[in-house]
Amino acid sequence: MSKTGSTKAGGLSRRNLLKSAAGLAGVAAGSGAITGFPYVKSAEPKVLRYLGTGVDEGDLIGAQCLKDTGIKLEYITATTDDVTKRVITQPNSFDLLDTEYFSLKKLVPSGNIFSLDAKKIKEFDNITPIMTKGVSPAGKKIGDQGTAPWKVMYVEGKDSKTFSKTPTEYVTLIPTVYNADTLGIRPDLIKRPITSWAELLNPEFKGKAATLNIPSIGIMDAAMVVEAMGTYKYADKGNMTKAEIDLTMKVMTEAKKAGQFRAFWTDFNQSVNLMASGETVIQSMWSPAVTAVRSKGIACTFQPLKEGYRSWASGFCVSKGISASNLELAYEFVNWYLSGWAGAYLNRQGYYSAVLSTAQKSMEPYEWAYWMEGKPAEKDIHAPNGTLLEKAGSIRDGGSYEDRMGSVACWNAIMDENDYMVRKWNEFIAA
Amino acid sequence: MEVSSLRRTIVSWLQAGPMVLVFFAFFLIPLVFVTIVSFWNYNDYEMIPEFSGRGYTDTFEGCIDQLPQFCTILRTYGSTLKFCIIVWALTLLIGFTVAYFLAFHVKSKTWQIALSLLCTIPFWTSNVIRMIAWIPLLGRNGVVNQVLVGLHLINEPLEWLLYSEFSVIIAFVHLFTFFMVIPIFNSMIRIDKSLIEAAYDAGATGWQTLINVILPLSKPGIVIGSIFVITIVMGDFITIGMMGGQQIASAGKIIQTRLDAIQFPAAAANAVILLIATMMIIVGMMRLVDIRKEL
Repeated sequence: MSKTGSTKAGGLSRRNLLKSAAGLAGVAAGSGAITGFPYVKSAEPKVLRYLGTGVDEGDLIGAQCLKDTGIKLEYITATTDDVTKRVITQPNSFDLLDTEYFSLKKLVPSGNIFSLDAKKIKEFDNITPIMTKGVSPAGKKIGDQGTAPWKVMYVEGKDSKTFSKTPTEYVTLIPTVYNADTLGIRPDLIKRPITSWAELLNPEFKGKAATLNIPSIGIMDAAMVVEAMGTYKYADKGNMTKAEIDLTMKVMTEAKKAGQFRAFWTDFNQSVNLMASGETVIQSMWSPAVTAVRSKGIACTFQPLKEGYRSWASGFCVSKGISASNLELAYEFVNWYLSGWAGAYLNRQGYYSAVLSTAQKSMEPYEWAYWMEGKPAEKDIHAPNGTLLEKAGSIRDGGSYEDRMGSVACWNAIMDENDYMVRKWNEFIAA
Repeated sequence: MEVSSLRRTIVSWLQAGPMVLVFFAFFLIPLVFVTIVSFWNYNDYEMIPEFSGRGYTDTFEGCIDQLPQFCTILRTYGSTLKFCIIVWALTLLIGFTVAYFLAFHVKSKTWQIALSLLCTIPFWTSNVIRMIAWIPLLGRNGVVNQVLVGLHLINEPLEWLLYSEFSVIIAFVHLFTFFMVIPIFNSMIRIDKSLIEAAYDAGATGWQTLINVILPLSKPGIVIGSIFVITIVMGDFITIGMMGGQQIASAGKIIQTRLDAIQFPAAAANAVILLIATMMIIVGMMRLVDIRKEL
């Protein structure tokens, strides 16, 4: 597959050229006919095909981007696994890729993506040290188990397929958004403090617990539980040996057979429904899902736990098939993305933005204090789309940026034994 | 004579042609590719076109050394087969009864058409929506549990109503009974009414007529309906996933998990295994009834 890559890329860029030429003619003809302005011919349509996981619900970002830069984003949104599949099988179907760091172990060796040049990213040096060095802004070293971004941030050369341990100019993914995940709970139904991952398998919640049926993430949550129960201490939860996978799945299988789990979920909405309907009271969850449950008026806490968070991060790179002109647009877009508006938008959704300084400038001081500093909200807190998220006086679950990101224990990962793990996961589901 | 039979051959080939082409392009050729790929090797991110039985050996991993416990794949197919049998029996019973009513109790053609159209109404929405509709009904705090608790028939909500084998079967029966109704109805309305009259005249009871006349003559419809239901249940993973809370294995889910992990050859091997298993069931049913002869 990779051998034919170069010829394919050549053929495609030619086709792209033809396509964009045709597009140009079309726009010129079309707009000329309507407006009657001959100048329109010189206006190039700035379109980027944007393949991503859609965690940031980018409609508003797309609209703002068009307004600020004139670049129109054509979104292709899929789940993380499907995004990876698409990059591997149809590398020419997109220009810009927005995906998670843990999939890089599959994407970079495939040769289907190009890294971006750090020198062309204006704010690159201001990107949070959590992404680039693994230390919090206050200098606290955070967990590096799993595919931590700084381990796969750089490749050795322009077209290299080898990750570099030291910083180079060539960045695999320019960080955009990240967060720290933990268990979601229904405090109104549990009625006691929850402080440990071990509670997921506590028989007290028999038939009322859930975890996710996405093997690569599910097993990390399982490992957090196993460690919290004191059963075993992993060298690296994100890269288990076969014996460790067996042990982890054995603990989970026993719990499943004992009826611990109400259900497993694979997407955001399922997790919201399970929690909102009271089918589950404790489960692996993502931050916006907790927000979604709460916005229905149902108590739900994104519970900080003493063993720490499982974190994930996303970033931008481009397809190997991108045209030279679109590559420039991609740089323009990424620079815009890091310049503040989008960062503020992400922070207001409960995610974190890569460049904190620019995002802060685009947020109101009370918003920054609530989302990033862990202070009680001075005023009501609204989502970017205007829905009321929290009333004045409330405090964010888990507290400040420093408290949350500083307590990260491990990162979403793809293991060396991924194939074995997937088989064991299927066995777990069948058990 | 010669010419006209040649012409007839050509015409019939032309008539069958489009279907043959579609069948080749969208079924046989992809199937050949899937089979070839199932014997390839793979790594984390790509398929490697060299012979490897890995997709198959991995799938049957532990089937011998785990005995007497079943391995993943046997347990999966065991569970799928159980669903097949139960769902088939229920849809057949309900489907046959509905078809019987439509064909023999409803006298006017207009009403027959109107009532069979009524059966299609659930199909106006997607099957995902038809499935989701069960969730608020069967959930822990759902309507059924609330009514039962309200009537003091039970003290605690029933847990097994949702995310269980029970809910999977309910959804399957709800979704697929119609696939039984139509072919059986189709067979039944073609039964010559004079045969039934003859049976009555010969002194057969209603029950005897049903068993000895109507049932044998409805066989082709039953087999066609059964093939529909069984093939769908064998390949299903969405219903089992949604209604079973993703805690019940299915052959389709194994394929999906493998695809998501970009292990295409392993997914292809599982697809081939599923195909063989389904074909075996269908061949078995065809042995029981020669559809072509009966049609």
